[in-house]
Amino acid sequence: MSDWVEACAAGDIDEEDVMRFDHAGRTFAIYRSPDDEYFATDGLCTHEKVHLADGLVMDDIIECPKHNGRFNYKTGDARGAPVCVNLRTYPVKVDAGKVLVQVG
Amino acid sequence: MVIGAGECGGRAALALRDLGFEGPVTLVGDEPHLPYERPPLSKEAMTGEALSIKAIATDALFAERAIRHIHSVRAVAIDRAVHVVQLSDGSSLPYQKLLLATGSVPRTLPMPGLGERCVYLRTFNDALAIRAHLSAGNRVAIIGGGFIGLELAAAARKLGAAVTVIEAQPRILMRGVPAEIAEIIHKAHEAEGVAIRTGQGIAAIADDGAEVSITLADGQAIVADLAVIGIGAVPVTALAAEAGLAIDNGIAVDEQLRTADPDIFAAGDCCSFPLAVYGGRRVRLEAWRNAQEQGALAAKNMQGAEEAHAAVPWFWSDQYGLTLQIAGLSDEGKSIVRRDLDDGAFILFHLAEDGRLVAASGIGPGNAVARDIRLAEMLIAKRASPAPEALGSQAVKLKSLLAA
Repeated sequence: MSDWVEACAAGDIDEEDVMRFDHAGRTFAIYRSPDDEYFATDGLCTHEKVHLADGLVMDDIIECPKHNGRFNYKTGDARGAPVCVNLRTYPVKVDAGKVLVQVG
Repeated sequence: MVIGAGECGGRAALALRDLGFEGPVTLVGDEPHLPYERPPLSKEAMTGEALSIKAIATDALFAERAIRHIHSVRAVAIDRAVHVVQLSDGSSLPYQKLLLATGSVPRTLPMPGLGERCVYLRTFNDALAIRAHLSAGNRVAIIGGGFIGLELAAAARKLGAAVTVIEAQPRILMRGVPAEIAEIIHKAHEAEGVAIRTGQGIAAIADDGAEVSITLADGQAIVADLAVIGIGAVPVTALAAEAGLAIDNGIAVDEQLRTADPDIFAAGDCCSFPLAVYGGRRVRLEAWRNAQEQGALAAKNMQGAEEAHAAVPWFWSDQYGLTLQIAGLSDEGKSIVRRDLDDGAFILFHLAEDGRLVAASGIGPGNAVARDIRLAEMLIAKRASPAPEALGSQAVKLKSLLAA
């Protein structure tokens, strides 16, 4: 399970922001935290399959653009109604200016 | 005890447990279902293969949380002196604290001639009945160009029905939606083949049980297999009124959602409350997120907290590929600043006379406006007065205004 794939360049995402990444028929959300670390989760909210990349990142939280479901994007933890199912997270590393995700 | 097992009541019951309440929790609802989400009923649920219910809890979850859900039963009277609620099945239940989350029901059209083919949408069962008529080749008339009517119009078109929307006002979405945005929605409907008749009162309705004939004020007749009436909603207040609680466009509560009786609270569509962000203006909201937030807040205050409802009103609507989101009450604004986003999306910022941001209305494909509307909501909550030039320029990030 060392299938690291290149998602984007590190500079493609602003600090405290998120972007969409599609790979092999799956969709992910890649985050850059305010302290300049990178994270990845499944792209779709566990409530109604809305893509989180249109959502707002504030500190450690991604908020779904549709119904304000909140997750900690570092851990995937659901943070209250209407979401109750956690988000799957994926390992991320930055190598030579590229953001790599282990899509597993 | 919680009366009303919709979004608000269901969330309140769960929140009571989340907050550590250990006494008995009873949730009483007149529908046969578990609490479920209503927003999909006029949207994606309507166009799916089979209409399915999106429950916010399962029987197993209620059992695990020791929440007793009594369904298909109405509360018929509250005896405040002895803290007992009488139910329609003849039983009665004691309470220490009571939450009224009785919701709202569709405003009825006060006209003779309505019959079996003239229906309203509120419940899952209403949706099932409507869905049965939304097939290709059928004709649907929608009375009322508000959100429910327009969302249903979009769903009906997707299913191939011929749709006419009739609106008495000069334009659709008169209440709470700026003309510039209503026009985009109007055009989207026309492009999808919906006929919209605005500024048209209804002179007469004849319903023979097989079809409905609607005669407009100008004499034109619209014949349909089904007429759906979506002319607003009224709060369900009779139970509270008969118990002697004050009614003021809904069950009147204070900013902590408490009625004049310290043991009775009301939340969601059924209550009117002072909205701190607009200087205590009394409002009643018919919105999903408000129902959730107030349900959770009432649960907290029922356990002795004294927290005020401080949220900024927010709601959304989906029609075809477009999503509209509005934060705040746009009628508080005196001027408008427009911010264009990618893909034809835009946001109108509503500013009060003193320059304070009081509302933001956005429309665009998919969720194009979501992030900026959310940031606007935070700016409104902060009572910020951002520079109009900054609001109007896509180059200036709204997040940077929040930090300022």
